[in-house]
Amino acid sequence: MEGGFISEQYLEILEKVMHPTVRAYGTARTTSRALQVFQKVQHTATEMSMMTPSIDLSSYRDQHFKGSRADQERMLHLSTTLYVGNLSFYTTEEQLYELFGRAGDVKKIVMGLDKFKKTPCGFCFVEYFTRDDAEMCMRFINGTRLDDRIVRTDWDAGFVEGRQYGRGKSGGQVRDEYRTDYDSGRGGYGKIVQQKMLPKLT
Amino acid sequence: MSRRKFDEMSEYDSSRDRKRRRTDAVEIEDRLESLIIRVGEKSTSSLESNLEGLASVLEADINNYKGKILKILSDCAVKMPEKTTIYTTLVGLLNAKNYNFGGEFVDMMARKLKEAVKACMWKTARYVLRFFADLVNCHVISTNSLLQLLHTFLDTARDDNSPQVRSDTYVYAVLSCLPWVGRELYEKKEQDLERLLKHIEIYVRKRSRKHMPGLRVWRSDRPHPQEEYLDCLWAQICKLRSDNWQEKHIARPYVAFDSILCEALQHNIPQITLPPHHSDNTYTFPWVVFRLFDYTDCPEGPVLPGAHSIERYLIEEHLHNIIKEYHLERKQCAAVLLDFPLKHKIPLEYMIVEVVMAELFHLPVPRYLEICYGSLLIELCKLQPATMPQVLAQAVELLFDRIDTMNVCCFDRFVNWFAYHLSNFQFKWSWDDWLEAAQLDPMHPRAKFIIEVLLKAMRLSYRQRIAEVVPEQFDCFVPLKPEPVYKFSIDTADADLPGLDTAQRLESVVRAKGSTAEVLQVLAELPNPLRENEDSEPTHNPLQIQVFVQTLLHLGSKSFSHAFAGISKFLKVFESTVGNNEEGQLIVLREMHDVWSTHQQMVVMLCDKFLRTQIVSCATMANWIFSKEMTSEFTKNYIWEILHGTIRKMNKHVAKLQREVNEARERRTGNESDDSSSDDEEQRPRPSEEEIERMEEKLETAQADQKNLFLIIFQRFIMILSEHLVRCDTDGRDFNTHWYRWTIGRLHQIFMMHNTQVERYSQTLSTLLFTQDLEPHILDAFNQFVALRS
Repeated sequence: MEGGFISEQYLEILEKVMHPTVRAYGTARTTSRALQVFQKVQHTATEMSMMTPSIDLSSYRDQHFKGSRADQERMLHLSTTLYVGNLSFYTTEEQLYELFGRAGDVKKIVMGLDKFKKTPCGFCFVEYFTRDDAEMCMRFINGTRLDDRIVRTDWDAGFVEGRQYGRGKSGGQVRDEYRTDYDSGRGGYGKIVQQKMLPKLT
Repeated sequence: MSRRKFDEMSEYDSSRDRKRRRTDAVEIEDRLESLIIRVGEKSTSSLESNLEGLASVLEADINNYKGKILKILSDCAVKMPEKTTIYTTLVGLLNAKNYNFGGEFVDMMARKLKEAVKACMWKTARYVLRFFADLVNCHVISTNSLLQLLHTFLDTARDDNSPQVRSDTYVYAVLSCLPWVGRELYEKKEQDLERLLKHIEIYVRKRSRKHMPGLRVWRSDRPHPQEEYLDCLWAQICKLRSDNWQEKHIARPYVAFDSILCEALQHNIPQITLPPHHSDNTYTFPWVVFRLFDYTDCPEGPVLPGAHSIERYLIEEHLHNIIKEYHLERKQCAAVLLDFPLKHKIPLEYMIVEVVMAELFHLPVPRYLEICYGSLLIELCKLQPATMPQVLAQAVELLFDRIDTMNVCCFDRFVNWFAYHLSNFQFKWSWDDWLEAAQLDPMHPRAKFIIEVLLKAMRLSYRQRIAEVVPEQFDCFVPLKPEPVYKFSIDTADADLPGLDTAQRLESVVRAKGSTAEVLQVLAELPNPLRENEDSEPTHNPLQIQVFVQTLLHLGSKSFSHAFAGISKFLKVFESTVGNNEEGQLIVLREMHDVWSTHQQMVVMLCDKFLRTQIVSCATMANWIFSKEMTSEFTKNYIWEILHGTIRKMNKHVAKLQREVNEARERRTGNESDDSSSDDEEQRPRPSEEEIERMEEKLETAQADQKNLFLIIFQRFIMILSEHLVRCDTDGRDFNTHWYRWTIGRLHQIFMMHNTQVERYSQTLSTLLFTQDLEPHILDAFNQFVALRS
């Protein structure tokens, strides 16, 4: 006889009662909660990575990337370079070394620059020697503050000459073109808003 | 249905049906696994009814799924120690229904225990023992066989050929399972329990505590005694005993099932022989229990369990396990910590802060990166903004109060953590509470703490910010403005300064993007001051090095990147003018320091760069730090940042070469047996014996360099400390000055931070340097390090 004597119905009742938020077994297997729980006993690499949202890739993909989507994904998964955003224009390389050095040995930092002014425009690339160190950065530095601002770190496929420049029309980052708030650490109002505010010359 | 018809139907059932049977079976296994893992979590019905239901379901077809169920249960027993009593109850219920299953489970756990001790997995072994102990409560195991196993563990104390850490590990395991089974043993086997405790008492009394001084966070026992871990647990168990083993913390679901369980037949744990000590074995280091708070520190509300209450031990262990489980996901970690079961019965924030700080200050080294704890504390403040920040502030106040006797390793970590923490909260702090520190000697721990915190805070922001944030009484503590001092500046230098003209010319050449050759040409103009005194050809030209280094650093003074770029560009000039010459390298360091003495971070970064580019060797770096000219800087934290960075680089280098040799050997032997071609083989050809020999030579050289580095460092420490002690003795002064405390603390720090690598050279160190005739205070540092493994 197949399946043994375990009553299917009884199993379902028990599951509903013991884990009421999970509707059907099918979805239970794939919810992060179930995987969380599996991870406690199994600790396999796949499950661990499923269990660690801190080091997941974000949904951002650099549209200027030279190569196939598959290449990009592969490089992002192996990368030791992180993009760091939401920096103040006044944050220095020294400050970045001090903070990011706490996650591991920093190999190199490339400051993001305004394309025309060649001054810092609020982002940078931090490259570590090892993937492990970069992961520590994602786990422990992403979402904490530098110069009183919450910094955001994300995986980057790797620095290539030219990528240190802002891609906004005015020379800074795109986000500073369109934002409407006043941010004293990032040049005040967004560029488009600033244009609108200029007195009209007769 | 007749048998023949049944057979016909079986043949008619296609393989599709067989497949469906297999999938059904696998699916059911997975669902059972999921239920077992999840039992005890939030549910709409009670734990008891869930356990009952689960036991029925498992037992219903135990023969088909037995292997899988045994495996899952034994894994859960070990990997979820907070749920020990839940799983023992489940096993108890299964055993009551099915005696054979119970027996097989016990056998499986015994095997797990054997494997764990063989592999030196001491936590696992401890949890298995604890599980066995609780199985006595569930009538699965007989008390006699448990007692026998406990005695087997205690017998390791009789073995004189093994290190104390070995028997400590076993005795600790026995003590840590008593909270679960103490009451039962007291009720049923009081005499045997007393005999067991007597053995432990004798052991605890006679064991050595040589390792203790080096593992204490504070030298002082005021206000809270810092207890050795085994002493503390022993005291906690003694108190539990005096309370007649009444323990209120552990939830015991099996109590509700007593009428069923007491009907069950018990098993005996199979005989286990513990493997003898082997020199390759590693044991957990001993530790000193970190005590920051007592009940008077907590506000009105739930009382903090006393230092010797077993609840304190159990709750702390649970909190540490939560951190271990979730340390890679700080948001989740903070949430789980704050959702601690029974959180309303204890001052939870205080216990969490104490546990997190215990890990941050743990000796010899913290379990995880310091920033792991730093970011976790920030997360906790975010989740509990009404209470967490205040508790943390209170903790900082207490730490500052007691900083006078704080161990140097912990002092550094406190400085680094506090500056980082403040940087996330706009550097707001009640500095006014610490105003008195401004009157103290700058080398006094309190004054030094503030100085070093402000230096680190400046690195995370900028000087002006720090100057504004502190009260004016702290102006003496605010760091100097970090800026370069260029010796050959046309504005400030004496007109007849040797090298001034060359420096100007060199500047123009470099600004005009000159080549290495052009730079060398300019430098060649300089006379060599050494040539006047020596008859033989001098090995280097100090003036050349001075002009070159000062000018290069002056030109690259804008940022780290500028400085690094300049150094990289002119590596060949360094090679020509300095090379392997130690004197030359020392000049590089001296000139660099002259330029950047007010910018400690730049000095650290440049030292790092010089080591990586091999402009300066690790040995030279060490010698520089201990040189006469660096005496005024010697007690400053950044110097030790440089030295530890140097040692770490050396260690990483050796480790990398070791990995490469191992890999190459594996590839070589692996490929010999592999006849099928794989992608890997095509990409990387099998390394030849000569290649491997060369790699091994490189490794040997690196290891020799590493050994040499440690020898230099330890020798220098011994020299300066002995000198100080002798001088004080001659002058009739007390040797216990601030300088002495910091320096001996730094020596201790080398042993702690790099204990794994130093261990390799322990024999050499005891033969050559740390000999019995050495001044006892200095020898102590070495002995405490040795005691970690003895």
